[in-house]
Amino acid sequence: MAQDYVIEMLHITKEFPGIKANDDITLQLKRGEIHALLGENGAGKSTLMSVLFGLYQAEQGTIKKDGKEVQIKDPNDANRLGIGMVHQHFKLVECFSVLDNIILGVEDTKNGFLQYASARKKVMDLSERYGLKVDPDAIVSDISVGMQQRVEILKMLYRDNEVLIFDEPTAVLTPQEIDELMEIMRGFRKEGKSILFITHKLAEIMAVADRCSVLRKGKYIGTVDIANTTKEELSRMMVGRDVQLEVQKKESKPGETILAVRDLTVPSRTHNNNAVKNVSFDVRAGEIVCIAGIEGNGQTELIYGITGLEKITGGTVTLNGKDITHASIRERSKAGMSHIPEDRHKHGLVLDYPLEANMVLQRYWDPKFQNKGIIKYGEVRKYANRLIEQFDVRSGQGPITIARSMSGGNQQKAIIAREIDKDPQLLVAVQPTRGLDVGAIEYIHSQLVAQRDAGKAVLLVSLELDEVMKLPDRILVMYEGEIVGEFNPKETTVEELGLYMAGAKKQS
Amino acid sequence: MKQKKPLAENGMLIAILSSVLSIIVGLVFGAILLLILNPAKAGIGISAMLTTGISSLDQFGKVLYQSAPLMLCGLSVGFAFKTGLFNIGASGQYTMGAFFALVGAIQFQLPWFLCLLMACIGGAIWGIFPGLFKALFNVNEVITSIMFNWICMFLVNLLFANMPTMLASAWGASNSDRSAALAKANPGAIIPKAGLDKMFGNSSWINISFFIAILVAILVWFILNKTIFGYELKACGLNKDASIYAGINANRNIVLSMIIAGALSGLGGGLYYLAGTIQYVMEKSILSMGFNGIPVALLANSNPIGTIFSSLFISYIQVGGSAMQPNFSSESIDIIIAVIIYLAAFSLLIRGILTKILSGNKKKEVKA
Repeated sequence: MAQDYVIEMLHITKEFPGIKANDDITLQLKRGEIHALLGENGAGKSTLMSVLFGLYQAEQGTIKKDGKEVQIKDPNDANRLGIGMVHQHFKLVECFSVLDNIILGVEDTKNGFLQYASARKKVMDLSERYGLKVDPDAIVSDISVGMQQRVEILKMLYRDNEVLIFDEPTAVLTPQEIDELMEIMRGFRKEGKSILFITHKLAEIMAVADRCSVLRKGKYIGTVDIANTTKEELSRMMVGRDVQLEVQKKESKPGETILAVRDLTVPSRTHNNNAVKNVSFDVRAGEIVCIAGIEGNGQTELIYGITGLEKITGGTVTLNGKDITHASIRERSKAGMSHIPEDRHKHGLVLDYPLEANMVLQRYWDPKFQNKGIIKYGEVRKYANRLIEQFDVRSGQGPITIARSMSGGNQQKAIIAREIDKDPQLLVAVQPTRGLDVGAIEYIHSQLVAQRDAGKAVLLVSLELDEVMKLPDRILVMYEGEIVGEFNPKETTVEELGLYMAGAKKQS
Repeated sequence: MKQKKPLAENGMLIAILSSVLSIIVGLVFGAILLLILNPAKAGIGISAMLTTGISSLDQFGKVLYQSAPLMLCGLSVGFAFKTGLFNIGASGQYTMGAFFALVGAIQFQLPWFLCLLMACIGGAIWGIFPGLFKALFNVNEVITSIMFNWICMFLVNLLFANMPTMLASAWGASNSDRSAALAKANPGAIIPKAGLDKMFGNSSWINISFFIAILVAILVWFILNKTIFGYELKACGLNKDASIYAGINANRNIVLSMIIAGALSGLGGGLYYLAGTIQYVMEKSILSMGFNGIPVALLANSNPIGTIFSSLFISYIQVGGSAMQPNFSSESIDIIIAVIIYLAAFSLLIRGILTKILSGNKKKEVKA
């Protein structure tokens, strides 16, 4: 017996129409280790885990539990084998209490009646033992995201799972909550539980994992011991080439104020309170200002208010000295505002239009592209071809490719090409690298810095702390609709930002 | 390896193929129904349905004549559909267009082309309401336009009843349940035949309406594909959020789209009732012409040029159907036509299956 593997996935191949999501992948999980699974978006991490959890059936390959071959046809099978999973998007019943959610599906009953007392005792024991603080009687919709995640973890423990899968667990957490989670994971390791930790964040792997398996484009690249590797090594395995992890940029030379926001108040679409409350800030020419914060603290609404997608109820927005508080979206665009939207599928592209039609989405009315209401398709084609070349937008059929069929990275490149080529005074970029692979992120960062150096004002919204620390010249932290602090990225730390993002501290 | 474009990626070919296939499926079902309803006469029925349209020039003229209003209702539904709206109110707009055209012809004694303009205006007015409700209050256009179909029918009946000069009885006929015959009331309002009746063996049906409809179809195609207005409309239909982001006034486009769709249906009503062969009879139920525009548009995949052919097909089946009397009751003929039309409208479903099968074949080829 060479090694004590609790789970072995051998030569797994899973195909979807037109794509091999997993191509001969082997993953071996030792008992009592934290094993990271690293890969870019679309590398096949989630597919592999879905195969293990019984959501998909692999075409080829075998799964072994404790050395014995097993068939996992659905999540119930996985559960019986002691495999549990915390999904990236939690699977909780919002209007149920924490306790109800934990026992849902494995309720103890006596003569048809629920046995709450014993369940509660078991949950409280687990909660204490692993330091997972929860209030069993709270309603899930009322508790924080961090606590919801703890509920998900307790669900696994309540079912006596010994193999715990975490799918991108840190995406929704503050830096402090991330630290707590790491501590909890180390606690599990001490108790002999085995953890599979899916992520694309290198720092977290370095901090907590024992070993790391890397996937790239559906293929297995290798497994390394964390003790003997570096971040650079991991990123090279993940991307397949050397990657510039740091953003190259010179000192910024801020010029005059381009965007001035004063006492901006924007209502929320989801509740009766204002999502943005009396926010004021400036963005000057030649600087990148980043709005940082946990998702859902009013960043989206703030941008909607500035770009005109949402009517504002108070305050003013001034662009280049011109009051655009009540200007239409078209007028703002003409006044020199470009907007890389948060959701490229919802706002950024007409997915069923060809690429060339999307390239002129903000300018089709320009006399350059139309004459008396008739579109000059020759000009549109020429223009699209130029942008495609200049910004290296790759697609199957060039300008006539339907946008929907393009990869996410190239869709985003097309939007960035369109918005930058408008030659704006102000570039609003909302999570411009969300869901993109490292190579595309590198490219987009360099484009944003180039815009800054060309004397444009750049307003960035980001949820990724890496990006927040690397890209901007100034950081504004938003919490519950207010700006609670302003920082110089060179003089602050992730920990300090985290305290403000979580609302624990506030600059007066 | 052949460098031919894979069949599964040739959207145009698949669209045409699936329309043809669904027509065949519809015809087969129609034939089965005929066999069930009257086995002895089924053969005669089938041949009547399939050949009447080309049995004589007169009948072929009727096919062309009926296809014009069908085409316009199809264009109306298809146009709205491209903007992301389901215009189920084509029937009401068609009826209102017919009413306006007849008022122009009889009450105001206008020439035919002005009457057609009146028809467009009538339809446009009836299209504006669902559009406004959708744009201002986000009320689903399907609900409003269905209600406006009924409102229109009863409103037109009411108006006819209170406009004595409009009725046949005012122009020497005895019946007061229908509009006056144009030959008596205003021959100048009858759409000219331009010598076509001579070409079609003195057909009483044929006039230039078919060609007017084709011109309109080409115009609609041009607007949708070549103008910034069409670009905006289609962008709204495909992704309303993205069009708002691009600074397009989506609400304005919704209203404009419904106005144009209404005008198209209305023109259809004008073309049908200004031919001089048909009088408007007070109806107790909504005219089916507007509803038949839905399968016309679906069969053509909302493509304006495709609408020309799909409307010809449905018109052909209808003319064939009416020739099946007296061997089959008019009700069973209606059922058979409905079955054929509705199965024909399955082209979307068939297209999905077709794409799947073809791309499946491709995959197998690769494996082999």
